[in-house]
Amino acid sequence: MIRRVLPHGMGRGLLTRRPGTRRGGFSLDWDGKVSEIKKKIKSILPGRSCDLLQDTSHLPPEHSDVVIVGGGVLGLSVAYWLKKLESRRGAIRVLVVERDHTYSQASTGLSVGGICQQFSLPENIQLSLFSASFLRNINEYLAVVDAPPLDLRFNPSGYLLLASEKDAAAMESNVKVQRQEGAKVSLMSPDQLRNKFPWINTEGVALASYGMEDEGWFDPWCLLQGLRRKVQSLGVLFCQGEVTHDKAVVLKRIHEVHVKMDRSLEYQPVECAIVINAAGAWSAQIAALAGVGEGPPGTLQGTKLPVEPRKRYVYVWHCPQGPGLETPLVADTSGAYFRREGLGSNYLGGRSPTEQEEPDPANLEVDHDFFQDKVWPHLALRVPAFETLKVQSAWAGYYDYNTFDQNGVVGPHPLVVNMYFATGFSGHGLQQAPGIGRAVAEMVLKGRFQTIDLSPFLFTRFYLGEKIQENNII
Amino acid sequence: MAAPWASLRLVAPMWNGRIRGIHRLGAAVAPEGSQKKKRTILQFLTNYFYDVEALRDYLLQGEMYKVHEKNRFRDKEWIRPDKYGHFSQEFWNFCEVPVEAVDAGDCDINYEGLDNLLRLKELQSLSLQRCSHVDDWCLSRLYPLADSLQELSLAGCPRISERGLACLHHLQNLRRLDISDLPAVSNPGLTQILVEEMLPNCEVVGVDWAEGLKSGPEEQPRDTASPVPA
Repeated sequence: MIRRVLPHGMGRGLLTRRPGTRRGGFSLDWDGKVSEIKKKIKSILPGRSCDLLQDTSHLPPEHSDVVIVGGGVLGLSVAYWLKKLESRRGAIRVLVVERDHTYSQASTGLSVGGICQQFSLPENIQLSLFSASFLRNINEYLAVVDAPPLDLRFNPSGYLLLASEKDAAAMESNVKVQRQEGAKVSLMSPDQLRNKFPWINTEGVALASYGMEDEGWFDPWCLLQGLRRKVQSLGVLFCQGEVTHDKAVVLKRIHEVHVKMDRSLEYQPVECAIVINAAGAWSAQIAALAGVGEGPPGTLQGTKLPVEPRKRYVYVWHCPQGPGLETPLVADTSGAYFRREGLGSNYLGGRSPTEQEEPDPANLEVDHDFFQDKVWPHLALRVPAFETLKVQSAWAGYYDYNTFDQNGVVGPHPLVVNMYFATGFSGHGLQQAPGIGRAVAEMVLKGRFQTIDLSPFLFTRFYLGEKIQENNII
Repeated sequence: MAAPWASLRLVAPMWNGRIRGIHRLGAAVAPEGSQKKKRTILQFLTNYFYDVEALRDYLLQGEMYKVHEKNRFRDKEWIRPDKYGHFSQEFWNFCEVPVEAVDAGDCDINYEGLDNLLRLKELQSLSLQRCSHVDDWCLSRLYPLADSLQELSLAGCPRISERGLACLHHLQNLRRLDISDLPAVSNPGLTQILVEEMLPNCEVVGVDWAEGLKSGPEEQPRDTASPVPA
């Protein structure tokens, strides 16, 4: 009966094929496993040296369902939502591989920590709105038994974006989209701006948009530690090491990931089903390990992940006569931004350099002349009180900058089907991390986006050339 | 409308049920000179005939009940729950009456619960004393009340910090703000100064700013505080 149904030439072949060698699915190498088991049995028998009892507790496990490369806020958010949305408790084994447990170069800890909904894309607005409600209820989401509640130190002071004449129309249409999505943003004319904030000089400002609710800044370190604590309590394993090699078979699937331990040559191959690339500024290197981008340019195989590290400076200064307690995070028409820090007349801020002025991202050294020449004049123009200020300190951090359209990459790679991206957010990854984590977890567990549809953010847009430009990047 | 002192006297006969003061009542209700003659005839009849008196009483009681109902909140009467925590059913009759003051002290009101308060467009006084779930996020929601709110009390709320107080600058009509006893505020004296600068027309009550200063001439004033370590 069955033989007649099958196509003629294939009948015998199908029935005689051994399990485990079917095309495109089963990665269990049966022959290899059998020889390994034989070796283990031989070593237990008397007369052989037994190396089964070696201590491998410092190494990551040999098998894991999901390996998340990168332990910053995005990676931990994905781990959290994977554990939260799994169908049965303990169903998914997750391993987070982080190269540097001190997070000294990670973008999360060095971030200014702002959250705002004033974007031009509806998806970005929805992500920020969800993240704001996540942060508001953080002690319900990230509660761990017997641990103290988290204090995010959230300042609900809002964002104030200023627009010149030529940007005013774009700002109005952006605010319309934002209001449609549910963000509470108000538009202000220069007169209203002067009334509300007398310390602003409104020269050159045609329109301003002010976020009234769910916007402000918080402590990113606290969020990171909170996520880490919760995720460890949910059973996610952490490993301090660097991913050096993904074994991908002709751009099809990643079978195992080699994790090299810190400061040693030892490495552990971790067999995994899914790899999530949340490596931030270094995502392109991880993607290249899997073979993304190796191919003739212009083809899908040849499309690289266009995320590169960009260095951004943040300066802290003291100005006793500066704006008062009500100061929002002000983003000037020139791209310079600043916000208040604490009660003591300290402010911090910076400015994104233009393409020509981009500093070298090889290290995190701060260029103080950049403040003198490129940041201070704009600040002093906008806020006359800032003409006398004293820089106290400065630091630099990386943006995982998406050179294509400055928006994130989320979802699986079309060819390497089990590598998922959660990176490239160019400066607003921290504020959208809870939403992105949930979206990636939904994609992994259910195969599609359920709550917020991030299909415009898939990898394929790089090959198809469809840019989704976000205009409000600070 | 009758003069304010008249309203006090209107109340008395309702509770006494006595007719004694009706002569003065008659004079208070209609002080017009043209009706004086009518009044004197009615007075004369009332003085001499019990039936006329009773009838007049009855009619006047009806009038006074209507006036009393309309002026029910003239003296800012609070509607309180009874000892079981229930509000009286008469409350529903006052749907159109604007609410001027809400005392939500010691309540479990939270971020979502503030939805109900923010719709009160004529709210003048709000007290959120000792509400354990009111935090900085909740304070950022209060801006819709900016046109009418004149008095706000946040005393004793354990979750409010100086970061939430920063968003009170929307409330430009605020005349009295109570920020005493906020345990989460890191530097109460300095916060008081900054809030006073932020709301120039408002009387900020709660913290004596001098308590932040140590005694002794060598201590610098705290408003140019030490810089933040990087």
